[in-house]
This record gives sequence, C-alpha cells and structure tokens, in this order.
Amino acid sequence: MSEWWTYRPSDFLMFAPRTYWRLFELHNETWWPAQAIFFALTALLVVGVWRRHGPTLRVGVFAAAVAWAFVAWAFLWQRYAPINWAASGFAWGFAAQALGLLALSSRSAVHATPSRGRRAGGLALLLWALLAHPALGLLFGRPWSQAEAIGLAPDPTAIATLGLLLCVSGRPRVWQGLLVAGAMVWLAVSAATLATMGSAQAAVPAAAALLAGAALWRARAAQ
Amino acid sequence: MGSYAQATAGSLITRRIPSSGEALPVVGLGSWITFNVGNDARARDACAEVVRAFFEAGGRLIDSSPMYGSSQPTIGHALAKLQQPATLFSAEKVWVGDAARGAAQMEASRGFWGVPRFDLMQVHNLLAWEAHLPRLFEMKARGRLRYVGISTSEGRRHAELERIMRTQPIDFVQLSYNLLDREAEQRLLPLAQERGIAVLVNRPFREGALLDQLARHPLPGWAKDIGCEHWAQVALKFAVSHPGVTCAIPATSQVAHLRQNMAAARGPLPDAALRARMARDVAAL
Repeated sequence: MSEWWTYRPSDFLMFAPRTYWRLFELHNETWWPAQAIFFALTALLVVGVWRRHGPTLRVGVFAAAVAWAFVAWAFLWQRYAPINWAASGFAWGFAAQALGLLALSSRSAVHATPSRGRRAGGLALLLWALLAHPALGLLFGRPWSQAEAIGLAPDPTAIATLGLLLCVSGRPRVWQGLLVAGAMVWLAVSAATLATMGSAQAAVPAAAALLAGAALWRARAAQ
Repeated sequence: MGSYAQATAGSLITRRIPSSGEALPVVGLGSWITFNVGNDARARDACAEVVRAFFEAGGRLIDSSPMYGSSQPTIGHALAKLQQPATLFSAEKVWVGDAARGAAQMEASRGFWGVPRFDLMQVHNLLAWEAHLPRLFEMKARGRLRYVGISTSEGRRHAELERIMRTQPIDFVQLSYNLLDREAEQRLLPLAQERGIAVLVNRPFREGALLDQLARHPLPGWAKDIGCEHWAQVALKFAVSHPGVTCAIPATSQVAHLRQNMAAARGPLPDAALRARMARDVAAL
C-alpha cells in the first residue's frame, strides 16, 4: 500500500454506523432467547466468583469458550464479515481464543485467585458486561433491540472473559496471560473501530482493558 | 414511471465520453459505504428504492468495487428488482494485487450485478495496474468490456496517474475533485481533456464532511443563479461544471438526497468566473 502515511483510520471504515448497530438488532432477533440463557449462566458465574467456588469457575471458563466460538461463527463470520473484510480475521482470532479457553477449562488447576484486587476488578468487569453493557445503547440513543448481549456480542463477551480471567488462577500462567492478551486485543480493535465511527462508546472497551491491566499490575506489584 | 423518466431525461445535462461519443448524465451514483448493508433485507430494499429513484430521474452510471464490502450484491438486488434497466451504465473495478486472480474477481463482480458484461472496468487505486491494464484492453478488444479506466481517490498517486494517462489508451480516469480538493485542476483535468479521457469524480462531498461543514451556513446568493436549493447541488454543480469532468458519482442511501443530487444535473451550470467565486467563498467559510 503506497503512500500509506496519507491513509486515515476513517479510510478503512467501510460501513455506516447505522449499518453496524443494525447488525446487533438482526443478531438479537435471530438468536433470541440465547441472550437469556447466557445472562443466566453469567449470573451463576458471578455467584460462583463471589463464593470462590472452583468448579463453578471451571464451568465458567468452559462457557466462555462456547461464547467466543459462538460469537466467532454467528456474529463475526456470518454477520460482520459481509460488511467488513477484516471481520473474517477477527473470527479466526475469536476461534483461537475459544480453543485456548477450552484448553484452560480442561485443566483441574483452575481455582479462585487469592488476590482481592484481581477479584474486585474481575467482578466489576463481569457485572458491567452482564448488566450495564446491554443498556449502553440506550445512553447513545439506540433502541433496546440493538443491545449488545453477553455471549452474543463480542464486546461484552470479551469484557466478561477478562473479568473471569482476573478472578481465576490457572496453570500455566503464560497460557492465562495469552488469553487475557487476546481479550485485550479485541477490546483495542473495538475501541479503534468505535472511535473511527465517532462513537463516544469507544471509551468503554478501552476502559475495560485498562481496568483489567491495572488490576493485574497491582496484584503483581503486591506479590 | 416511463413518462417521468423521459421528461426528466430530456432536460438532464450530459457529457460525451471522448473515446466513443456516448452521452452520460453528469451525475451518477456511487456505492462506497452507503450500499454496504450486508444481509439486512430491509436496508437492501431501501437501497433498491434509491436505485429506482436514480433511474426515474434519468441516471445511468452506477459505480462500485469489490473493495466496497457487500455493495455489489446490494446493487444486484436493486437491478433485479428493477428488471435490469436498459439505460444502466455499469462501472466496476478490479482490486487485487495478483493480476492472475483479476479475471475471477471480475467474473464474481459480474455475478453479483447480474449483468452480461460491464460497461467500464477500472483498476482500483492503481493496484497492480501494469498487469491489469493489458488484460483489460484485451477484454475490450474481445467485446467483453466497453471501456477501460483507472481510479484513485483523495489526491493519492496523482503523479503516477498522470504517467498512466499520458502513456496508456484508457477511456476513463476516476479521481477526487470538489470545492475544497481542487488539485486535479492543475494537471489531471487538463490532461484528460487533451488526451480525450473521460473523468469520473468521486468524493464530491468529501464523503459528507464537506456538506456537514457547509450546513451551518446559508446558501450564498449566487446559488439561486444556478438553480441550487441545497449545498449538495452547489458542490455537484461545481464539480461537473469543469469542462474536463464527465460525471460525478455521489453516494447516498436516501431517496430524498438522491433526488437532490440528480437535480444538480439540470439547469444552468456556473461559468469559469462563478466557479472561481464559488471556490473562494466556500474556502472562506
């Protein structure tokens, strides 16, 4: 790509904001009542995190793997890729993340983190993804039908997964670190996309990634 | 519908394609972003209504590219609904670095549109033009295309574009030109006139940013002199009034805006003195 320095991020935005948000409306219509199922599972996970219940955490990691795989196929590949040729690459990334979470969930060494700071940060992210993020569209003048639901939409799924990974300690640590990085990469991509669309909502995925990073850094510093 | 099209088509301003003498209305229809609506049936139907209004207003040239996401299937959907309007002038692009894959890409594009062949095929953003152009000329010689062209946007690679215009027997060049982005006036538009190359103008509104900027201001008095009721018509009349320009291709997803745009292809066009004043006044806003 010659004269690459003359390109702005907006030059790569190939769809209108209304088309982007309409994706979620069509997605929600197609997959209802999957939103309710993922909501209930995540609510149970929050209880499990609060009680530091190891088996619940393992099941939560497995459920996260299912969610990432579903988002990869049903949203990124089927719905987003027709309007954004980069989305097929995102779908592969989500599929890889799903495999990594699946592998982590298969290991018995998944238990609650002893770090109070990480648990607090993780719970905050889980509760945000579960309760606040779906309602975010209303703040920005979008209808409820375009809500981004956990397990169906990439942003709340990535935020919830970050929250869950903060709350657990798995082995090997580098593996868990890669999964955290994967979720953060998506949140950075989403923030960049939303910012290029001129949406103030870009601050949300960016803030989620920063919160997770701060919680991890503080926990590491405290060791 | 037929009588409406005839009444408006008769009063549409047209320009002749230098290499053939074929007349084209000076306002066409682009499809970047606006027609990239994916699998949304409601949005596709809305785009089809824009295309219907386009043909009803006497429009002919529709431009797209494989780069534009799902815009090609959206156009195909519209054309199928309208039963393939006979006046369509289809302008497409080949956009692949590996020229060996160009034929397959163009064939896929043709499938999306549902047309027997394209009128115009352009090398998109000069990508691998050295390999693509000979193949396109060959396709034209065999009757599989009618015209060959090359495109760029936002003022990129104008020096290389100029070299191509001087050395290659292209029929069309597509470039960006509007009230604020006037670099093409210096060399490329005069060169196009000299070499007998038709010019398609993209980004006549800077993808809407120009209109957003101008919307805060009332129309100047001279706008009425050239029959303009909206800034979009001012911007289009400026672009198409350059004698080197053949057709501007604004994109829109709204029927009302489409009709405003097509109205710019009727009535008086500014002369050189008014063009200079328009550019001066807009730059000062």
